[in-house]
Amino acid sequence: MTDAQHFAAVLRLGDDALVLGQRLSAWCGHGPILEEDIALSNIALDLIGQARNLFTLASKLENQGRDEDALAYFRSDLEFQNHLLVEQPNGHFGDTVVRQMFFSAFALDRYTFLARQTANADVAGIAAKAVKELHYHWEHAAQWVIRLGDGTPESHQKVQDSVDHLWAYTGELFMPDDVDTACAEAGLMPDLHELQGTWRDKVVACLERATLRVPEEGWSHRGGKQGVHSEHLSYMLAEMQVLPRTYPDATW
Amino acid sequence: MSESKQEWPLWEVFIRSRQGLGHKHAGSLHAADAQMAMQNARDVYTRRQEGVSIWVVPAEAITASSPDDKDVLFDPANDKVYRHPTFYKLPDEVNNM
Repeated sequence: MTDAQHFAAVLRLGDDALVLGQRLSAWCGHGPILEEDIALSNIALDLIGQARNLFTLASKLENQGRDEDALAYFRSDLEFQNHLLVEQPNGHFGDTVVRQMFFSAFALDRYTFLARQTANADVAGIAAKAVKELHYHWEHAAQWVIRLGDGTPESHQKVQDSVDHLWAYTGELFMPDDVDTACAEAGLMPDLHELQGTWRDKVVACLERATLRVPEEGWSHRGGKQGVHSEHLSYMLAEMQVLPRTYPDATW
Repeated sequence: MSESKQEWPLWEVFIRSRQGLGHKHAGSLHAADAQMAMQNARDVYTRRQEGVSIWVVPAEAITASSPDDKDVLFDPANDKVYRHPTFYKLPDEVNNM
């Protein structure tokens, strides 16, 4: 594992958290009910908090003077290395909770490994705090998928469509590239093939409880980790980054 | 959401604070079932470290005294000061009173 790969692995964790946190924060003021509005905002803040810790650590590893704000606000979509799943638009509430359920199941297992086993003590410390948050994110999203799937015929159909659409973005979570392989061998990151089994067990159990059909394995979108994103990310980043890019010395 | 039967039931939320011995009424919220009520209570009422334990109770399960009965229920206690334990000196060893 090279220093650049070590940096990339931490940066990717931060990018997933930041992009999904930014996506979820767009629900603030638009949630289906007040209580859910607060829940989604809480989850968004959890993720943005994780991103801040990870970017600060990445900045230390890189040692090029780019702080957390520089990493968040002054990189283009080509430099972001998040999974394609987390940048997908919020859609309707069912789309959002299915995206959250798919990602949280993955993130929970990934951070459980990091909290217990990773070779980097700083990463382990961040993960130990994040695991508790991610456990709640998973519970919350899974309960919603079950309620909507096992709800009315309309909610069932809508959330089945969400599952069918977003399923093609889940394969990328378990496709290792050079960074993933090197970091797994070095004991920094988990082996993605090992995570895939437990992810599938959890997600299938949730979908079955929700009376939803599990999509067949097939072709999967890929490229996020290499900076090749869907068109949605650059629009989201433009909105997120406009203020510090227009007024680089702004403080808030 | 126009028909009232489509609205989620109301739940009352009780939180036990870090220092507190008993659960105190924190407020109410809407939720479809107990599990959702618990998650919502956690998100709405404990986001600033307010609590270490949560109770959620369906609001319809609570029987409340009527304001009209206030005089009958509570006035008779007004002139019975001997029921207050104010005539005893409390030993220092007794905490949490």
